[in-house]
Order: sequence, then structure tokens, then C-alpha cells
Amino acid sequence: MSDADKLGFTPNEMMTIAASRALKSDDVCFVGIGAPSAACNVARLTHAPDITLIYESGTIGTAPDVLPLSIGDGELCETAVTTVAVPEMFRYWLQGGRISIGFLGAAQLDKFGNINTTVIGDYARPKTRLPGGGGAPEIATSSRQVYITMAQSKRGMVEKIDFFTSFGHGEGGDHRKRLGIDTAGPTLLITDLAIWKPDPVTKEFTVVSLHPGVSREQVQETCGWVVKFAEALDETPAPTELELKTLRDLQARTKATHQGTAKGKAA
Amino acid sequence: MVKFLPLKEAVAENLHDGDTVAFEGFTHLIPTAAAHEAIRQGFHDLTLIRMTPDLIYDQMIGMGMARKVVFSYVGNPGVGLLRRARDAIENGFPRAIEVEEHSHAGMANAYEAGAAGLPCAVFRGYRGAGLASVNPNIKSVSCPFTGEVLAAVPAIRPDVTFIHAQKADRKGNVLVEGIIGIQKEAVLAAKRAVVTVEEVVDNFDDLHPNLTVLPNWTIAAISVVPGGSHPSYTHGYYERDNAAYLEWDEIAADRDRFQAWMHKNVIESSAEDFAGRVEHLRKAA
Repeated sequence: MSDADKLGFTPNEMMTIAASRALKSDDVCFVGIGAPSAACNVARLTHAPDITLIYESGTIGTAPDVLPLSIGDGELCETAVTTVAVPEMFRYWLQGGRISIGFLGAAQLDKFGNINTTVIGDYARPKTRLPGGGGAPEIATSSRQVYITMAQSKRGMVEKIDFFTSFGHGEGGDHRKRLGIDTAGPTLLITDLAIWKPDPVTKEFTVVSLHPGVSREQVQETCGWVVKFAEALDETPAPTELELKTLRDLQARTKATHQGTAKGKAA
Repeated sequence: MVKFLPLKEAVAENLHDGDTVAFEGFTHLIPTAAAHEAIRQGFHDLTLIRMTPDLIYDQMIGMGMARKVVFSYVGNPGVGLLRRARDAIENGFPRAIEVEEHSHAGMANAYEAGAAGLPCAVFRGYRGAGLASVNPNIKSVSCPFTGEVLAAVPAIRPDVTFIHAQKADRKGNVLVEGIIGIQKEAVLAAKRAVVTVEEVVDNFDDLHPNLTVLPNWTIAAISVVPGGSHPSYTHGYYERDNAAYLEWDEIAADRDRFQAWMHKNVIESSAEDFAGRVEHLRKAA
């Protein structure tokens, strides 16, 4: 019997649900694709029905019935309050300071919330060329706060990232301020094992809450830097029935929809 | 003035070896049929510009047509990596390509500057971002009023831009609606623009006055290609073929399988084949 069977939920489900709880109905959230998208929509379907979800394709106030595969799926536009052109999205809405939360995923992350989604290895001669930043470099600096969500692994959570795609707290401390960035930057990291917040002074991510059944050792074993734990460590409340059902229904609808287009496909 | 042409002629008249070309579309309305026609005509040494290169640039890069690629997200949206582009960047296969990488904000501002006839775009961006140190075209300027240091990038001015749109009227005015992305800016920034459309209607008399309409004198050529954005989608006509994007990940992972797929579905195929590819994606009326 696995841990997930005993608990009644998987670590990934706990991650998505813990991330969804961080969002409020009055948030205006710029949604990154993948894990952030699931969390944002679970929030909208449970405790934050009035949240404004924005995808970088220009869809503002969208309410998709299934999770989009891309940031520009048709349903995002069909259910949005309005759809604007991409330059307007980045100039007026993001740069203009309208976004309260930028919600990002990460391929590589360091303890100061700096994100790499560009290359593994050297930029000019990469070992692995990743997709790159897309909207993230400016989401990370123009959103009032940044939330990050990713599953823990030693490959993903590293002492030193290979490329600064999106600036978090840099070398820590007041590094953002020194670069003229006046937004708060990463204020929350939700992984499949724990909830992390930056130390108020050093800005290093510190574990403040362990998910149910997770030990300190597990968190350290799946992280590439020496983990700091808060003195008063909480336990993340387990997912409620409603949260789990909402997430699972959403994922089932999503799977059925995206596979549905395969029928009779040419070539 | 705009000409209605078969796609083959529209591409042959407007695209040339060595051109700087944008095939734009932000997930929606990707001009796949036009890109495939360009692949069939076998152009060389192109500089390919696009915010989100996705499948069509993966295909053009894999066929060795690109000298340089300018982009802000070189991924298969929602699926992962672009494997032909990776092979070119990591291994120089089938040829080495030059890379100029931006953020979405950088590209969007640069297209807008191109459309506005400005030499460069100024915006608040790239702060702390590694791209600023690897891309010499990312510079900074100080605001003459406040002293704030802002990012500057050169305007994008393609020789030719290709887009796909819902419809044209008989005069050649073009309607783009839904997720309109960067298409208007990409057309107005370019020396020439070629548009593929789903259909031609008599007139636009019934359109809402604020819709995005590109007047016929901003466009060089229009080709009617139903289904022309597959596996992307055309709002109001057919849905995105998400399964095809998932499948592309496997096709592009292997050099031989890629070549075989390209020969069957592009080289030995034609613009007329696109209508059949979207048949199962049209919503029941």
C-alpha cells in the first residue's frame, strides 16, 4: 500500500490544492501553463469564484471548463470577459501594474526563487535547449507578487541555476531593490511536499509547512540545497473532499477533451 | 492593391531566399498552410521571426531552411520541447542556426514599434534577466523625464509577414477575431503581408465597428485555404487539434520519422488537403 493510498490523495494533488488555497477571489492572476493553471482553476471552482485569471494569449477573466493544453486554447477566449492583443496584454495589463499574482512553474529553481526555463548547460552550447522564458521574465518583475509551484527533485531544485530566465530575489537580501525592481517577487513556493516562504531578511526560501505524512528528511532528499525549516513548522491541512473532487473532475474532463480530437485525425 | 491568388503563387511572389519572414499566430490562427507551401518551394537562408515558433518553425528548421531564428518561446505549447529546433541549436543539425532570443514582452513591443514606424521599442523589462547579457539587441535607455532605466529593443520589420484569418470580403479587407495575438502589428510592421483565410464573404456590413479589420491596402495577397491553420485552430470554424500537438512530439523526436512525415504530409501534399484535416474538429452547427 503506497503513501498515496493510505492518505487518499497523491503528492501532486496536495501540491495543486495547497497552491489553489493561496489565491483569493479578488486576485488578478497571470497564469503560467501546467501546474499553475490547474491550481488557479481549482481556486476558481472552489473558494475563489470571482478570481480574475489571465493567460498571456490576451484572455482576461477567463473561466475554462477544462484545463487548456496551451495558453491560447479557444475556450479561454470563449469564456473570457475580454480578449486583448498580445502587446496590450504585456504593456497595459502586466507592465501597467494590474496583476496581483504572477503564478509560475519552473524547470530549475534556486533557493532565492530565481527560475531557469531556458537552457541546461551553457547558453551558447546548451546540453538541453528548453523552451525559454515566454512571458515569464516580465511576469516575475511586474506582478505585485510571484507564486511558484513545482514538484521537488534534486535536478529541479538546485544550488545554482544554469540561466536566469526570470529574476526572483537574485543573490537574496535587497537584490531586487538594487536592480530597480519595486515589486515583491516570489513570496510563496508550493511543492508536492511542503509550503515555503522567503526569509524576511535573506529572502531564502524556508519551509513553513509540511504536507501530511511528509518528513523533513524527504524534503531535504529531494532538494539540491541545504533546506532551512521554520521554527514553528505547520502541517498543511489535507485536501477536503470538495477540493479533491473538484481537481479530479477537472482533470478527467481535461483528459477526455484533449484526447477527443484524435478521432479520425488525418495522417 | 491586394490580389486574390492561389497559395502557391502568393508565396512564390512574396517570399524569397534570404528574406526575414514572420509567420505569426499566437497559438490561434497559425498560418500552417502558408508555411507548408514555403517548405514545398524550398526556400533557403531565411531569418524566421515568431514569438512562439512551435510546429511550423520546427518543420522549417528541420528542413534546413533557416539561417537564423528570432523568438521568445521555442516550445510545443502545453507539450514540451521542439525537437527539430533543439537538434539544430544543440547539434547543428541539419545546419547550425543563429539564435536571437527575447521575452514575449520584448517581441510584442518590438512588433508594435515596427508597426508604429519607430526604430526601437522602450519598455520596463528584462530586469535581472539573463537574456539581457546574451542578446546584444537588448539594451537600455534612461527616461529623459524621470531617469528610470528602461529596456530597449530594435523594432521588428519583416520583409514579409504571413498570417491566417477568419475571412476576407470581396474587396480584400480581412477580419481577424478571437485571440488576435500579434497579427495586426506583424502585418503593419512588414513590407509585404500575405493572408490565408477560411472563406470570402460578400461584404463586412454587419461587423461590429471595433473588430480587428485589416484594410485591403495593407495586404499584398490573399489566398483562400479552408482549414489553413490546422493543427492550430480558427475561432468560429474549428477547434485546436491538441492530439496532433501531442503526436508531433514523437514525430519530431526522430530525424528519419520526421523526414518521412514531412514527405507524406507536406512535400507530397497541397493546400487543398487542409480542409479534410479539420473536418472532425468543426463543431456541430
